[in-house]
Amino acid sequence: MSYLALFLSLIFVFIPLILSKTLHLGLEKDTIIATVRSIIQLLAVGYVLQFVFASEQFVFIILMIILMIGAATQNARKKGVTIKGITWKLIATFVFIEVLTQAILLGFGITPPTAQYIIPISGMVVGNSMVLAILFLNRFTAEVEARQDETELILSLGGTPKQAIHTSLVTSIKASTIPTIESQKTIGLVQLPGMMSGQIIAGADPVQAVQFQLLILFLLLTTAIVTSIMLGFLSYPTLFNDKMQMLKIREEE
Amino acid sequence: MTTTYEPIIQFNNVHFSDKGMPILKNITGSFQEGKITTLVGPSGAGKTTLFRLCNRLISPDSGEILIKDKPIEQYDPIDLRRKIGLALQSATMISGTVYKNLSLPMTLKGEELPEEDAKELLEDVALGGAFLNRNVKDLSGGQKQKVSIARTLVNHPKVLLLDEITSSLDRVSQQDIEELIQKINQKYGTTIIWITHNLEQALSIGDNTWVMMAGEVIETGRSDLLNNPRDERVQRFVRGDME
Repeated sequence: MSYLALFLSLIFVFIPLILSKTLHLGLEKDTIIATVRSIIQLLAVGYVLQFVFASEQFVFIILMIILMIGAATQNARKKGVTIKGITWKLIATFVFIEVLTQAILLGFGITPPTAQYIIPISGMVVGNSMVLAILFLNRFTAEVEARQDETELILSLGGTPKQAIHTSLVTSIKASTIPTIESQKTIGLVQLPGMMSGQIIAGADPVQAVQFQLLILFLLLTTAIVTSIMLGFLSYPTLFNDKMQMLKIREEE
Repeated sequence: MTTTYEPIIQFNNVHFSDKGMPILKNITGSFQEGKITTLVGPSGAGKTTLFRLCNRLISPDSGEILIKDKPIEQYDPIDLRRKIGLALQSATMISGTVYKNLSLPMTLKGEELPEEDAKELLEDVALGGAFLNRNVKDLSGGQKQKVSIARTLVNHPKVLLLDEITSSLDRVSQQDIEELIQKINQKYGTTIIWITHNLEQALSIGDNTWVMMAGEVIETGRSDLLNNPRDERVQRFVRGDME
């Protein structure tokens, strides 16, 4: 793709800008910020990846993964600020997911241990895990708030904190993982996944592109379920104290 | 005489605040074992907070609460909450059938409530066994209050904390519940502490009464104190000049 072609692709940015301005939608500022950020971030990543691939140094792979986990944590923690120690819980979740998936991929020789495979796959795994963490935390904090009376009822009848929070936890785990499972049911019928489309456009054999896409899909299934469950089980104990009292409970009459 | 009864719950200089706002101030007093004590006072007096302290859903900022002369902290929270049953005015239900709700205290112990027992409980609270498989979302406020009382009884508590449990009931249902609670009190010696806005009810069913206002206990004694209160604020409350 030539730089002229890339420049012309900005037409796709001007269309929403003109529409937003004409219809007074107020989306201009965010659209421009998003465009500028994506150009800078992606170009930077492109050059960094070029350097990392060329250097063939393992330490750069690790640094790239740390950077991804750091950015994902920073992004997701805003949704769970009400949960004590959420930053460390997110880091633990992302590290666990990354280690688990890479151990399976590299351990069984599914993918070769090179930067070209490890970095893009890690990006997809950590990125997906971040989205799941945000979906989970959004739903979980809302459920805990909405079901406060139910939680209190179960505690008052002699239930444990785990029993008291069970419905909120399971509902949030299910709700956050459903989009991943549902999208896999229609994949290929409604839309071609981005990674596969990219490979095909770049000239790869469509069947091989499909094989890689399937690998990624299965990987993301594990990522989704493990992220929600792990984050849920790390988060709920912080809502209670050692006296089995809910920490954010209403006291009014 | 009340003096022949042992205190089951004793408050000593208990303070409780929420986000810096004092809710309960220097509460001292005891509830007598085996007696029915009514708690009366205007809204916002701190009555429900007092119940939450007894059930240990919350802990005081200072002061001590003794259960049978032993500090409340020395009890296992789960055992304590099973022995000190709480039925709140909100009558919160878990989604599903009446049976699922009645069975909840047993489910939490990993056991099951026999259907016959559940039907008997429903008869006791004047609902009838036919309600067993009804979905709780189809129940009226009063019916939910009855299910809530029955559910609290499943644990056979030694103390029953009842928070305005008859507020949504008609006159006949209210009498049914009053009779049931009196029966439980007499048959099993269960201590009853009952928050009510109904002074007539406080007088007729209570052995003793606590009058609370703005986080403080203003007067305590035999329930007939309501006929002739000493404190001027209580006199105004009894006359209905204060809500």
